[in-house]
Amino acid sequence: MHPLLRGQALFCERDDRVLFSGLDFELKAGDLMQVQGSNGSGKTTLLRILCGLNASYEGELFWRGVPIEEDHEAFLASLLYLGHRVGVNKILTARENLRWSCALHSPVSDAEIEAALRRVGLTGYADVTCRNMSAGQQQRVSLARLLLSPATLWVLDEPFTTLDVHGVRMLEGLLADHVEAGGAVLVTTHHALSVPCTLRRLSLDKRGVAAA
Amino acid sequence: MTALTGPQVSTFTAFRATLRRDLLIALKRRNDLLNPLMFFLIVVSLFPLGVSSDPQELTRIAAGTVWVSALLASMLSLDNLYRADYEDGSLEQLLLSPQPLYFLVLAKNIAHWLVSGLPVVLLAPLLAYMLYLPADAYWTLMLTLLLGTPVLSLLGSIGVALTVGLGSRGLILAVIVLPLTVPVLIIGAKAVADVSLGLTLGMHYSLLGALLALSLSLAPLASAAALKISVN
Repeated sequence: MHPLLRGQALFCERDDRVLFSGLDFELKAGDLMQVQGSNGSGKTTLLRILCGLNASYEGELFWRGVPIEEDHEAFLASLLYLGHRVGVNKILTARENLRWSCALHSPVSDAEIEAALRRVGLTGYADVTCRNMSAGQQQRVSLARLLLSPATLWVLDEPFTTLDVHGVRMLEGLLADHVEAGGAVLVTTHHALSVPCTLRRLSLDKRGVAAA
Repeated sequence: MTALTGPQVSTFTAFRATLRRDLLIALKRRNDLLNPLMFFLIVVSLFPLGVSSDPQELTRIAAGTVWVSALLASMLSLDNLYRADYEDGSLEQLLLSPQPLYFLVLAKNIAHWLVSGLPVVLLAPLLAYMLYLPADAYWTLMLTLLLGTPVLSLLGSIGVALTVGLGSRGLILAVIVLPLTVPVLIIGAKAVADVSLGLTLGMHYSLLGALLALSLSLAPLASAAALKISVN
């Protein structure tokens, strides 16, 4: 059984500064892995490399044992990436945003969108223009995609930053549910995650994967 | 919790969703919708004031004036194509879609043309009337614009895709895009001028049609590649 995602001897350098070199990791189904490191240690860069948004790296990436570039579409179909910039257009409403971003992967019905918004704590906000929402609410709109997407692998870059206490608990619950259902999560955060499942850590400061 | 292996959406659904979204955004931002059109109108109406109000003189420059203004209006509206998506992260979502990028970029380009190119085509006869263009050249003007303005959107998209990641873009977009669009301008304006002289036009239409076919099939690929570089 191949791990879902495997990185081998990853190397990345930016502006003549080595961010990481010889980085190996494995992400199996049911894994929740937190990427740790100080500011500027390359967490976001690593996530963007894994998703294929950043091509300036060396090393090998495998999706279910197959080099990622050989079957990129299969990989993208199983991937959900939520970046620093949340991917929410401020002119559109929550519903319009979700309808589009989900249709890029698999279309969802209005009822599903409303149910997802309810679960992320945005009941009644489906038709509110996103410009009129707070940063935390916009973040929640993008998090609703976690509930609407069939993706196996979630790659989340700082998803906790703008959330309040309830939001943090809600997201921790979503992450735990996802790995329980056989998915895998790769997340960067400075927040101390409290989840009922095993949390693995990938540290970019001192190299290595440890189980907590 | 949705099932982990959902049905894969067809490319067409993603294409339609992208087209619909971009049209919706354009409708909600009326300024962006109206600015290029107003610009087109103003530039053309300045010519009778600045050059001459003599009907003969205006007839002579009518075709070129309308075409140059259409080109500039198209340039003006290009920035809307990817800028907002780049800034709010939607562009990354677009690039991470398992669907072929060609169709998604094509959908954005078509939406851009429907919003910025088509109104120019529809408004052109009015301005042609103002510039004393002979009545038998109206259809030629509209038809050449109809074939030419999509090419402007498609080629312009490559330039915007290349420059969207730059902090200060200034004139660089014009420097990249204008040379590419010059053939369209020359053929389009020449066709309208020629029909006023009573010449036959088959060649002009075929050339514009060929340019359109070529840019329809290749430009979205170039735009997609440029977008990937820009988010890198």
